[in-house]
Amino acid sequence: MYRYDEFDATMVRERVAQFAYQVERRLKGELTEDEFKPLRLKNGLYLQLHSYMLRIAVPYGTLSARQFRQLAFIARKFSRGYGHFTTRQNLQLHWPKLVDVPEILGLLADVEMHCIQTSGNCVRNVTADQFAGAVAGEIEDPRILSEIIRQWSTFHPEFNYLPRKFKIAVSGTKQDRAAVKYHDIGIEIVKNEAGETGYRVFVGGGMGRTPYVALKIREFVSKEDILAYLEAILRVYNEYGRRDNIHKARIKILAHHLGIDEMRRQVDIEFAEIEKSGSLQLPAAEMARIAAYFADPDFETLPGQSPEFDAALKDRDFANWAKTNLTPHKKPGYAIATISLKNIGATPGDISADELDAVADLMDEFGYEEIRVTHEQNLVLPHVRKKDLPKLFARLKELNLAAANAGLITDIICCPGLDYCDLANARSIPIARMIQERFADLERQHNLGELKIKMSGCINACGHHHAGHIGILGVDKKGVEFYQIQIGGSGAEDAAVGEIMGPGFGKDEIVDAIERLVDTYVKLREPNERLLDTYRRVGMTPFKNVVYGEQLHAAH
Amino acid sequence: MPLIKDGKFVYDRFVFVPEGAAFPEDGGVMVTLDRFQSERDALIAHHRPVAVRLASNENPEVLKNDLQNIAAIALEFPVFRDGRAFSWARMLRTRFGYTGEIRGTGHFLYDQLAFMARVGFDAFDVRQDFTIEDFERAMKEMTYAYQPSADGVKTIRELRAGR
Repeated sequence: MYRYDEFDATMVRERVAQFAYQVERRLKGELTEDEFKPLRLKNGLYLQLHSYMLRIAVPYGTLSARQFRQLAFIARKFSRGYGHFTTRQNLQLHWPKLVDVPEILGLLADVEMHCIQTSGNCVRNVTADQFAGAVAGEIEDPRILSEIIRQWSTFHPEFNYLPRKFKIAVSGTKQDRAAVKYHDIGIEIVKNEAGETGYRVFVGGGMGRTPYVALKIREFVSKEDILAYLEAILRVYNEYGRRDNIHKARIKILAHHLGIDEMRRQVDIEFAEIEKSGSLQLPAAEMARIAAYFADPDFETLPGQSPEFDAALKDRDFANWAKTNLTPHKKPGYAIATISLKNIGATPGDISADELDAVADLMDEFGYEEIRVTHEQNLVLPHVRKKDLPKLFARLKELNLAAANAGLITDIICCPGLDYCDLANARSIPIARMIQERFADLERQHNLGELKIKMSGCINACGHHHAGHIGILGVDKKGVEFYQIQIGGSGAEDAAVGEIMGPGFGKDEIVDAIERLVDTYVKLREPNERLLDTYRRVGMTPFKNVVYGEQLHAAH
Repeated sequence: MPLIKDGKFVYDRFVFVPEGAAFPEDGGVMVTLDRFQSERDALIAHHRPVAVRLASNENPEVLKNDLQNIAAIALEFPVFRDGRAFSWARMLRTRFGYTGEIRGTGHFLYDQLAFMARVGFDAFDVRQDFTIEDFERAMKEMTYAYQPSADGVKTIRELRAGR
C-alpha cells in the first residue's frame, strides 16, 4: 500500500487546519453559506435532508486494517455507528456535526486518510479495479498510476474550479471492473506494438441525465507523458466546458458536442505546448518509487490445489459462495475473496462499526491487513490462501457477511435515494430490498447467473442505472413514486447505455415487472447466455411484450 | 478597491477607462479587450502604461503578439466558481512568457488566493476589510505542492528527489 512520507502527511495536516479555519469563519458569519458551500464540498461535506454527510476518500478503493478500525471508531463516535460505501469506492458518514468535522479530519489524518476533493467541481477520488495487484492477466497494477494521478490532482491550482466535477478511473486488465468508459477520463493500461506499457485514454463518458459511453481520444500515451496529456485534457475542458448550464457542464457534453476529432485536435495542441515545457514529464525513477509501494506482499510458494479447500466444497453453502465470490488469483494457492455487503434486506453498501472492526480482524488473519472497496459497493480481500478460505467463510457466516451473491441479481447497486438524499425523486433502498426478497432463493439466483441490477432514485444516476443489465430509475410523477426499467446497459469492457423500456411502474408493481422480465430471459436464453446477451440477441420487443403484457391485456 | 501586489498594499497605477469614456491626460489606463483592439495603435503611441482587462471567456492568446506593450493584464472572476482565469494566468506565464502584472479582479475568495498565486497572479483587487495578515495567512496555509505551475515552487517530487 502507499504510505505517506513527510510531504503527504504535512499536506493532509495543513488541510485539516485550513478547513478548521473555514468552519470557524462560517460559524462566525464571515462566510456566507453560498461561499462556504463549495469550500465544504471540496472536503466532502454535504448538507443533506436530515444532517451533514461526510464523504471520506478511499483512493482507488484500497484500505488497511488500521484504517478500517479508525473508521469504525469515527463511525461510533460521530455518526450513528455505521458507514456507507459508495459507487466511487468512498465511505460516507451521515450525521456528523459541523463543529466536529475538523476533529474527524484530524483522526483521519492520523491514519493517512482525508476527504480532499471528494466533492466539488474538481478532480475527484481516482477509482481503479478492485482486484488490482491480485488478479491474473494484469498488464500493470492500476494503483500505481492512480496514486500518481491522486498526487498530481490534489490541490491542482488550475483545476479546482472546473465547470463541473471530474472523475478518472484506471483499469489494468482487458476485463473492465472499473467502468472506465463511464468516466470523464477512463484509462486502460495497454501494451503497444513495441511491447511497451502505456495508456489508452477515453474521454467524455458519464451517467446522469445524458448518459454517454466515453470516446477513445488516444490509442497510446507513453508513461512519461500521461500527466502532461491529462493536464491538456483538463485545460481544454476548463477553458471550453460550459458554465452557463449545470446540466451541460460535464466534459461529456463538450466532447460529444465538438466531436472526438476536434476534441483530439484541441487536446493535442495543448499537449504539445505542455510537453515543450517538460515540467510534467514523469521520470522512470518516480514511477518506480511509487510502484514499490504496491509490490506484492510476501506470498508463500503454495501448490495450486488445496485439500482443505477441495474438502470444503462438499458443503453446499461454501460451494455456492466459492462459485460467485471467489476470483482466480495470479499466485498459485491464493484466491481473491469478495465480501458481499448485499445481504437480503440490507441496505446496499452499508456497514456497521462492529462489522468494520470484525472485518479488520479478518484482514489481519487472512488477508495481509489489506482490503478493497468495489464500485459495486462490496469489499474484497485481495490475497487469501486457498487453504484458509473455509475458515474465512465460517467467520463471515458468523458475521452474517457470507452472502453468496457477488455479481448475481441480489447484488444490487443502489444510491441512498429519497431516504437520505435531498436530490432524489424516489426511494431506492426499499425497492432494492423488495427485489432482493423476491429473488432470495439462492438456487434461483445462481441459475440466473451474472445479472446486474443498478438503481438510482433520480436522474443524477448515482446508482449507475444506465449501466445495469437491468437499470431502474425512480421518478416522481405528481408526488407519486414511479420506477422506469432500462435493459441492456453495461459498465464493463462491453460498455453500453441501457435502453428505456417504457412507462414506469408504481412501487407495488415494479418487483412483479422485474420478475416478468427475468422469467422472459429464462425462457429465451440460449446456453451460457446472460440476460444482457439474450437482450442483445433478441432486442427489446419480446421483453417489453411480457413486461407490459398485463397492462396491454387490461387495456383491451 | 485596495490592491495587493507582490504581497503589499500598493497604489494602483491604472485607471479603468470604460467603453466610450475619454482617457485622462496621462498616467496608466486599463481598458477592455474590445477597446484595446480598436484603439491599440493610439494607446501604444502615447507611451503610457497600458493594462487590459479580460472577461473570463476571453482567451489571452489574442494578446500574445502585444504582450511587450501591455504592463498589466487583469483577469476577471465574474463569480468565484468560474475558474477559467486560473488557466489563462497559467498560459500567460508559462506558454507566452508574460512577465508583467497579472491581476485578479472581481469575485474571488480568500480561499482561492494561494491557487491564484500558484498559477501566476501577482496582484489582487481585494475587499475593503481585507488585511495583509489575511493575505500572508492565505499564502502560508499549504507548505508544499505536488504539481508544477507558474510559481516556480519546487514540487514535492523534486523535493523527494533532492533528499
